[in-house]
Amino acid sequence: MDSALAFIPLFPLLGFLVNAFFGRRLPQAVSGGLASAAMVASFAVSAMAVWQLSGLPIESRAIEQKVYTWIASGDLAIDLTFRVDPLSAVMILVITGIGSLIHIYSTSYMHDESGCEFARYFSYLNLFASFMLVLVLGASFPVMFVGWEGVGLCSYLLIGFWFKKKSAADAGKKAFVVNRIGDYAFILGMLALFAQFGTLDFQQLATRIAGMPVETGVFGLLSVAALLLFIGATGKSAQIPLYVWLPDAMEGPTPVSALIHAATMVTAGVYMIGRNAVLFSHAPETLTIVAVVGALTALMAGTIGLVQNDIKRVLAYSTVSQLGLMFLAMGVGAFGAGIFHLYTHAFFKALLFLGSGAVIHALHGEQDIRNMGGLKRELPITYWTFLIGSLAIAGVPLLSGFFSKDEILYETFHQGHVLLWVMGALTSLLTATYMFRLVFLTFHGERTPHAVPSHSAHAAPSHPAPSHAAAHPAPSHSAPSHSGSHLHDAPPAMAFALIVLAIGSVLAGYVGVPHALGGHNQLAAWLAPSFQAIGASAGEVAEGAVAAEESAAALELTLMLVSSLIAVAGISIAATIWLKRRAIAEAMARNYPGLHRLLLNKYYVDEVYNAAIVQPIRIGSEEALWRRFDVNVVDGAVNGAGAIVASWAGMMRRLQTGSVRSYAGSMFVGVVVILGYYLWK
Amino acid sequence: MIPLSHYLFVSAVLFAIGTTGVFLRRNLITILLSIEIMLNAVNLSFVAFGRQMGTVDGQIIVFFVMTVAAAEAAVGLAIVIGLFRHRESLNPDAFVSLKW
Amino acid sequence: MLDSNLHAIVPLLCVILSALAVMAAEAFRSPGEDMPLGGLGLVGLIGAGASAVALWGRNASSFNVIVADNFSLFITLLLVVVGVLTIMFSGPVVARDGLPKGEYYALLLFSIAGMIMMAMANDLLVVFIALEILSLAVYVLTGIRRDDARATEAAFKYFLLGAFSSAFFLYGIAFTFGLSGSTRLDRVGAFLAAQSMSDNPLILVAIGLLLVGFAFKISAVPFHMWTPDAYEGAPAVVTGFMSTGVKAAAFAAFTRVFLSTFEPFTGDWAPMVWALAVVTMILGTVVGVAQSNLKRMLAYSSIAHGGYLLVGLVSANDIGKAAILFYLLAYAVTNVAAFGVIALLGTKDRPNDELRDFAGLWHTRPALAALMTVCLLSLGGLPPTAGFIGKWYVFSAAVSAGYYDLAIIGVLTSVISVFFYLRVVVMMYMVERDAALTPPVKIAGLGMAALVASIVAIFYLGILPSRVLTFASQSISTIF
Repeated sequence: MDSALAFIPLFPLLGFLVNAFFGRRLPQAVSGGLASAAMVASFAVSAMAVWQLSGLPIESRAIEQKVYTWIASGDLAIDLTFRVDPLSAVMILVITGIGSLIHIYSTSYMHDESGCEFARYFSYLNLFASFMLVLVLGASFPVMFVGWEGVGLCSYLLIGFWFKKKSAADAGKKAFVVNRIGDYAFILGMLALFAQFGTLDFQQLATRIAGMPVETGVFGLLSVAALLLFIGATGKSAQIPLYVWLPDAMEGPTPVSALIHAATMVTAGVYMIGRNAVLFSHAPETLTIVAVVGALTALMAGTIGLVQNDIKRVLAYSTVSQLGLMFLAMGVGAFGAGIFHLYTHAFFKALLFLGSGAVIHALHGEQDIRNMGGLKRELPITYWTFLIGSLAIAGVPLLSGFFSKDEILYETFHQGHVLLWVMGALTSLLTATYMFRLVFLTFHGERTPHAVPSHSAHAAPSHPAPSHAAAHPAPSHSAPSHSGSHLHDAPPAMAFALIVLAIGSVLAGYVGVPHALGGHNQLAAWLAPSFQAIGASAGEVAEGAVAAEESAAALELTLMLVSSLIAVAGISIAATIWLKRRAIAEAMARNYPGLHRLLLNKYYVDEVYNAAIVQPIRIGSEEALWRRFDVNVVDGAVNGAGAIVASWAGMMRRLQTGSVRSYAGSMFVGVVVILGYYLWK
Repeated sequence: MIPLSHYLFVSAVLFAIGTTGVFLRRNLITILLSIEIMLNAVNLSFVAFGRQMGTVDGQIIVFFVMTVAAAEAAVGLAIVIGLFRHRESLNPDAFVSLKW
Repeated sequence: MLDSNLHAIVPLLCVILSALAVMAAEAFRSPGEDMPLGGLGLVGLIGAGASAVALWGRNASSFNVIVADNFSLFITLLLVVVGVLTIMFSGPVVARDGLPKGEYYALLLFSIAGMIMMAMANDLLVVFIALEILSLAVYVLTGIRRDDARATEAAFKYFLLGAFSSAFFLYGIAFTFGLSGSTRLDRVGAFLAAQSMSDNPLILVAIGLLLVGFAFKISAVPFHMWTPDAYEGAPAVVTGFMSTGVKAAAFAAFTRVFLSTFEPFTGDWAPMVWALAVVTMILGTVVGVAQSNLKRMLAYSSIAHGGYLLVGLVSANDIGKAAILFYLLAYAVTNVAAFGVIALLGTKDRPNDELRDFAGLWHTRPALAALMTVCLLSLGGLPPTAGFIGKWYVFSAAVSAGYYDLAIIGVLTSVISVFFYLRVVVMMYMVERDAALTPPVKIAGLGMAALVASIVAIFYLGILPSRVLTFASQSISTIF
């Protein structure tokens, strides 16, 4: 219908080509500007496409562009078709919109890189955006798979961008191995569907699956296929058991963490389930697994986030946890709520990552929050935007996170999954607590540059520029020279991105205000047709949902109140522990100099505080979950899979002795086996 | 007249002798000879089959095979000479620098 | 005008004549004189390609033993592509390493002639003779650096095992001949179709022995042992040539003999080929992980690719048959280019083919690193490259033929294999160059042109595969 859709991924692809071939000869401003312009252009085309889409009647709300027949032979035909429907419309706006902002932010964040590295960075980033857009625009599994593999590759290259640090290279490797496991399941799921239905077009699949009985109580082909696809999603979207790569992926540049490992790529798994909502709805057993895995991941990652001291790792575990909530929503069948949270999360998590990037940038590579503090005065823009992001993610009423998280929790409760609701609510509490622990430790109190020696393996690789590090000898260790001096707040390009995202974090939720609050939940109604097979009357279903929601308005309001209280409680806990305690300590220090020493001398207070709060949590989450489970079991399994292959390889290569007589012997054995089989069978 | 199966049996025995020679012998020249024995064992089968059918096809095929075997022997001996120049040895197990 | 009986051998004649011309030119070359021998070869190959295009769809046949149906013409064109690319890579390499120019090009062209003949052969004896023509030439090419002990060792191992396997192959032909009274494939096929109900053990022995011969040439496990050694020892440009050309020719004959002539006995050979495919895919991939020499690693990769091709063969349905041809083309273009990069990076004293020689290539030679990356991604089967489409076809053929186990193993091994391809990419982009190693050499323009052409082909086959796929399915339909 409209030939413009192909331009959406094409612009970033052109940006990639220009930067890859000529980037090293271009000045930074040109190569960064080109890359950003490509994204903005792509955003403009996306916006036009979505505008056109919204003008279509609700039953046929999809714009398709068949670029050409990609693979065709006999009865097998796969077209390279791009399709915008309400679901992918949301995704392309998020990817191109937030992607543009992050590109703009990067032009400033990466300016210390040499020209060659700068162009390499932007070429990867543009290539990533292009593949990501193919992933969400693809109208069939193979096209989606092109994007799926492509974003994995780019993510891998970007995690290892500062490859001179071993930890970055290792993190890249881990991400790669884990994602291969997921991809394996994904391809098998795809082949299973293909074997059964002979098509891989999402719409055709949905139509055919809709005609099949729901597999209640049986684990049939649909359930197996859905489970395989979900395993693929756990790899890409960092869920139990394949989540381990994401925290390590923070070795990459911070804008990359924001774009790939928070806002876009890691949500691909959620998107894929939403895309195949009909399939998953027909496989309730698998859907239950999705919900349970999501809730467990959300809760577990939340507890781990509470004890991390690296600013980016806290955010990474938070991302894992929020993705868990999205999967919880998908698992209880609330596809709209899951996508809603995906969309709001993209705003505030990108904001938080970019904010942490601004902090790291200002502190020249420092990432340990125990060495921060008091940055509120020196980095006002960063502080206020970061605070907004934290409020939004914590679920404080009237900000975006509130609406989306609340919808997930409401749907979970409403579907009768009380236990899952409790887990989700606990996750919200943890979210509010660890986010405000982060805010208080980073921006409030006093600056404590040397509270903990920077762990060089962590601080150094994440420094924005190794080349810069050479110019300013070991900046993360030379903090004294900075601690007294004035720190620079985010430069204009970075500040611009932060402010726009902060506005987004506040307002993004208003497209999904629930009926219980007098809103119209436009987003749910908008998305509804995407979760139906074509032909099912989308409008009716949406209206049915509306009626059901109204009857449950009282319940929803109650739950809303509960979750507001949870958010406030979480923030209060954080304030009590990490803000007040410090304030008390300061006051004490003035009035009682003797006691001051006692208090400063961590033993007294810290001992109590440790024994009462930190130790149980630390032992529970860090020791048991992080160290034992995460590091030993899951890491062990991932590394083990590699190690098994490697050890087999080591043994099997010894068969190749080099002696030509043993080679002839091997052939002879082969001959004997083949002839023996034929003569004695 | 000697039945076909006798020819085939002799041919199979010869072929087996050649085959075992290839991976049991420790001299490159002997190994080349073993391969020649294998090819000639097959030639015997061709001739026997041809005679059984009463056509000359089998014998004509043998000419082709002999030509090919001659070319093969020439190339093989050239390679063995090249090897000998490098290592002064005709033991196949002396040439194991490429392995694993 | 030619007698119409001779039409089918025109492509073959073009290549043979150019090989003879190269030999004659070399004989009359005065010492120190430089002759464009590679150019002569190119002329012959282009002639072969043009005549193959002209013969397309005409089903020509010469002497009833050489057929130029679309199937053999597709393989011929593929071999022409491989040959042209190889000659383009050879130019700079021959000059650099001081290889005997006349012998090198003559042998290269003779082996291409053997390959084309093998694809066109409609008679088991012609298959055998073609196999020997190509093999003898390739054995010598493997050891063309006589001063290099490793190259000579590689040639010797390849030769010895090759001769060993061709004896088995010939024995298989003898049994087929004894049973059916002919070596012509159509007659053998007719005989077998009449016999398909009987349970004659000699037929099975013949199938087994022919299988051994083909399995050796396509380096299926356990007949693969020569492959890593020969590929590592040979000059990289020769390795690229033989890993693709020999495999394509052998698969052409394999497909023709087993999917057409021995088709009535599919139930007997399919389980064996199934087993070969499984062990070949697994061993090629797993052992490949442990390699530190790039040529050796790509040797194991090429073993594994042989396994994927066998999956297409076992599936034996329309998709599978077309998949074999498409996969062969995709693999050929990719592998020739990958070995081309290795060949161009070498120096006279050092082949520069260890994994660590590729460290930091992105910083010293970005274009070469980028081209190599595309090749490796295609070998790993990542979209949107030729390798992805090939694998997609092979696995969907397996699925639609009901071989779910093969598809599962195939996907698993290709997932693992990406690990070692990406190791090279990591080396090129993410590891700093060891300063002690020799700096990368200047790349000749001709080699670069060949590389760029291959990369264009890889993307063309990956992004716009339908035209070639149509040709592949058209050509496969002529032999069944």
